[in-house]
Amino acid sequence: MQLTVGRVSLSVIALAACAIALAASLASCQPVKEYQKNRINDSEMTLSNRKVEKEEISMESYREGSSGANGGKTGGGCGCN
Amino acid sequence: MRRTCLTITGMCLMILHAFSQGSPKDTSAFKSRPLKLDEVEIVSSYYDQTADKSAVSGGQLGAIGNANVTDLSNGIELKFVGYDPKGRKNSLTGGLGFDHHTAASQAYVDLNGTAKNYGNRLYPTLDWTIENGVKGSSFGIGSYYSAEHDYYHSIGLNTSFSKKNHHNGEFSAKFSGYFDRIKMIYPSELIPIDSIQVTTGTTTDSVVYVTTASGRTEALSYSSTGQETVTESASASISSRSRDSYSASFAFTQVINTRMQGALLLDLAYQSGYLGLPFHRVYFADSSTAVVEKLPSQRFKLPVGFRLNYFIGDNIIIKTYYRFYIDNWGLRSHTASIEVPVKITPFFSISPFYRYYVQTAVNYFAPYQKHTAADEYYTSNYALSAFSANLVGVGLRLAPPKGVIDKHLNTIELRYAHYTETTDLVSNVISLDLKFR
Repeated sequence: MQLTVGRVSLSVIALAACAIALAASLASCQPVKEYQKNRINDSEMTLSNRKVEKEEISMESYREGSSGANGGKTGGGCGCN
Repeated sequence: MRRTCLTITGMCLMILHAFSQGSPKDTSAFKSRPLKLDEVEIVSSYYDQTADKSAVSGGQLGAIGNANVTDLSNGIELKFVGYDPKGRKNSLTGGLGFDHHTAASQAYVDLNGTAKNYGNRLYPTLDWTIENGVKGSSFGIGSYYSAEHDYYHSIGLNTSFSKKNHHNGEFSAKFSGYFDRIKMIYPSELIPIDSIQVTTGTTTDSVVYVTTASGRTEALSYSSTGQETVTESASASISSRSRDSYSASFAFTQVINTRMQGALLLDLAYQSGYLGLPFHRVYFADSSTAVVEKLPSQRFKLPVGFRLNYFIGDNIIIKTYYRFYIDNWGLRSHTASIEVPVKITPFFSISPFYRYYVQTAVNYFAPYQKHTAADEYYTSNYALSAFSANLVGVGLRLAPPKGVIDKHLNTIELRYAHYTETTDLVSNVISLDLKFR
């Protein structure tokens, strides 16, 4: 199945959107002092997956054909069932 | 005159010395602290799935293709923290997980559906990390072992490091290797016949070793009259094949402003060895006889991910994630998710979330009886087919500063997710995480 929107591949659109979002975000970086990080350091702002999501991520990696780039495993294990 | 000048200069130097801030002798040398139990985390999950077109049945519908699964997973992790004489934080984390599953498809490893339909998995982990707070760097090594009764065992090793820069950014890298051994448990009708000729009396019988779905090996004695008897005393070993997985994971995180931070994630993964499963059947178009799925012995994976978290106002956070994945089997996928934790109080939050996933099929996938014998590789495993999926759910998190019920119970998290695929697979997973400090 080729994912397309019109004549443009969805992959190209998604990657371009991400590149723009990333470039815009990095370009707007501001110096942040330690005492200004009360929101950044909030436990809900973490950039990694939490332990409570472990079974969910494990299930996704076995039921779907792709994995990785989410802090989880990219190989190993059976996923037999 | 010269004596007077020298005397005045000497007095000035003495006064300056008296008022100068000389470096006092350091009496506060850092004392190391031995490892001490810092945190205990217990995670339990229950997974329930209804599906059909199981890979064991070669993608068939009906009872034989039943792919219903339940899985009860429990894990405990103990984290010990200490400081060495150089003031570096040392963390030793040991974990132990135990799963029990039932799988309807597993019963059909035996063609008649009489094989056992459950199994257990045990997986201990051990990780050690050193963090240098002054340099903003860390280094870690880890190990992993997993054994699923009768099916496989896996050993994993990893090493990681990270380094912070002076602009609120952090680069980290992790290198992992997983080394699996897969027992070659074939569908009952496809067990290789390893005949040993024996002579009993005046009749020549043959003994065939049969590996059952449970992994037990039995000897079937065929008599010359065609009668079949089973003796359970035989103990021929079941062969196994290797599957090695290597990955290099890179991440760069950056604080963008006082309310926003993001991460760029890149994995390079390579697998080699036996990448299918020996009990997955495939039926060719012109045949009702099954063969075992056949897949290439190498796979390169390239997932690229991007996270962006934004704190709106004082109570709402928006967490976004996108991943693009491509591999050399022809599979491409997109994953996009959003989670919106709402802080009802500073210590209690509700987090609804949604995830969308879409993938193309691998070059080697075809449904039941759509492959032909001319195909070099073939599988009817719907995890490798083209489909899209939706995941929706909610999480609750309670972490009051004085603990929940007891001061040692630091955090409670409860999470529920409902997952649907266009392959008709539907699943639910509920997880509970208890953190003690």
